[in-house]
Amino acid sequence: MEITTQEFKHCDMLKVKGRVDSATAQQFTQGLEAITNAGRFKIAIDMSGLEYMSSAGFRALLASQRVCKRYNRGELVLVSVPERIREALELAGFTELFKTFDDPLKAVGNF
Amino acid sequence: MNTYPARFEYLDEIRDLVAQVARRGGFTEKEIYSIQLAADEAASNIIEHAYEGTTDGILQVTCEMQGNEIFIAMHDDGKPFDPSEVKQPNLKADLSERQIGGLGVYLMRKLMDKVQYESKPGAGNLLTMRKRRG
Repeated sequence: MEITTQEFKHCDMLKVKGRVDSATAQQFTQGLEAITNAGRFKIAIDMSGLEYMSSAGFRALLASQRVCKRYNRGELVLVSVPERIREALELAGFTELFKTFDDPLKAVGNF
Repeated sequence: MNTYPARFEYLDEIRDLVAQVARRGGFTEKEIYSIQLAADEAASNIIEHAYEGTTDGILQVTCEMQGNEIFIAMHDDGKPFDPSEVKQPNLKADLSERQIGGLGVYLMRKLMDKVQYESKPGAGNLLTMRKRRG
């Protein structure tokens, strides 16, 4: 798994590539926490390069969404979610908890 | 049968194993992803719960086609962990009330046709899962 982050004026874009499972979820969480610990709570996660995500990754998303939405200070949104991962998120009932965008520019513009 | 150290870094290999068997067995790519996810969740639970607090656990995985079904068995010698006793998460709960636990077991049950578990004192724990093609 690989993470890169890019800071925009109104939000941060975190790009995650590869596989997020129980072995790598902690690293994924650390990537998200690096942003929220810096006091930035508007985050778009670009999943276009994501091959796989298990419930360990879903848990990281949920925990981060809670941190971001606290005090209405921000939100975490998902961008370019691959079909298989979207299906699994749907099965887990997670799609209602996250806005999703097909276009990274629209996601950034959402904030 | 394949034997793995019960550590998260071996999940990749377990997912590769079941994908290989499923692909040869004629499952679609969508089904293969589901089978990989179910196997990952099952193995993750064993590593996390059955072998909680240990680092030298062993996970034995059998994966084969039986007719038009894929059969996956996972054996461990850790603490009994019965997935059927895990409460189903409330998938309608809002963000603040959403439970984090139980999701892996829920996914396993939804993704596979059958999930069974047996624990025999002295003989370890056996989790079996089946999914029919198509």
